[in-house]
Amino acid sequence: MTTFLSILMRDLRLALRQLSDATLVVLFFVLCASMFPFAVGPEPNLLARIAPGVIAVSAALASLLSLERLFLTDYEDGNLELLALSPTPLELIVLAKVVVHWCTTGLPLIAAAPLIALLYRMDAAGMPVLLAALTLATPVLSFIGAIGAALVLGARRGGVLLSLLMLPLYVPILIFTVSAIDADLAGLSARPHLLLLGALLLGVLPLAPWACSWALRQALE
Amino acid sequence: MTLFEGRDLTCHRGLRQVFTGLDFALPAGGVLLLTGPNGSGKSTLLRIMAGLLTPVAGALFWGDEKVTEDPEAHRGRVHYLGHLDAVKPVLSAAENLAFWGGLRGRPNADVAQALEHFGLGHLAKVPGRMLSAGQKRRLALARLLVSPAELWLLDEPSVGLDDASLDNLGAAIARHRSDGGRVAAATHVPLPVEDSEELTLDDFIGGPEMELAW
Repeated sequence: MTTFLSILMRDLRLALRQLSDATLVVLFFVLCASMFPFAVGPEPNLLARIAPGVIAVSAALASLLSLERLFLTDYEDGNLELLALSPTPLELIVLAKVVVHWCTTGLPLIAAAPLIALLYRMDAAGMPVLLAALTLATPVLSFIGAIGAALVLGARRGGVLLSLLMLPLYVPILIFTVSAIDADLAGLSARPHLLLLGALLLGVLPLAPWACSWALRQALE
Repeated sequence: MTLFEGRDLTCHRGLRQVFTGLDFALPAGGVLLLTGPNGSGKSTLLRIMAGLLTPVAGALFWGDEKVTEDPEAHRGRVHYLGHLDAVKPVLSAAENLAFWGGLRGRPNADVAQALEHFGLGHLAKVPGRMLSAGQKRRLALARLLVSPAELWLLDEPSVGLDDASLDNLGAAIARHRSDGGRVAAATHVPLPVEDSEELTLDDFIGGPEMELAW
């Protein structure tokens, strides 16, 4: 437990001292989302309709952008060897790192999402469900993405490979996030979609750290 | 007395056989110096000893027990110092060291004393990116002192060290041995240690290159 906390504190401290990394992710999210009106035209009804989809896709891309560095810096400077040789299970260490990744990218994305929704004039009634869906979806993005980040460790052009591997896996998260918001705006219950997102989160919570630590040990061989 | 032993170890890197039929034994208080030309497998053997690499054949034993039977216990008794110093550029020297202590269950370790031993006391608050290569190496060595581990695996610990720091390392190793600790070190230059055993890896190079299977 002390090891878990010391990794949590160190990664948070690293993120706070390199605040530009987290800021870049949020800026990318906002910029990416504001590209769509230029491409699809400024028709207000259309924009309000596609807002949930734009937010979900932009959040997935922004999260992907920051994932490459999740294990890469520790791998390159030799800290990963020390983490792998710690008496604490590597799964627990991975869990701490992913939690910090979510705190430094997922949380700011959730905070920035209402801004995009406003920009697209999405019905404000859908805002609580939008925030609830993102709160469940962004940790799933971090956990699934972490598996990819661990798998591509040591590969040339790992970032591109990571996108190729991860984007198809992000599809279910996009579907459930958007359908939760759409259902709510259409006057239906968002509950089943949110429950499915919750189930995804509960599924990856134990699976991702286990898969990551296996991939990390392979990368160190 | 428990021996740390390797029996009949074989290791391949890619398609090349690095060594085969290698045995070693390291008693408590002992020092094993790995020597041999570049590429003879010194670092590879240290990584195998640490449990980062799995040998193709053969096994490691701690006393009578196979190391692979309880890898977590083995990780608890190993300090591994690789080629990389693992110093985070934005953390200060003391913060780096405190984290490494916490990683091994010693969050309240005596960081100041470890820094002082390697002459880094005045640099405690300096961020890692401002340290020279030699200072980073000394910081990595200070890691050995913040948390106890029975087996030190040192991969060319003397790289970048000045004479005074080399003596400090010798003193740290001597104290570690008097507490019953053991050291395996790969090195090209003589380390300041007494009555050590030497293992020359050149003698274990196996047959010709393996043939390509395709």
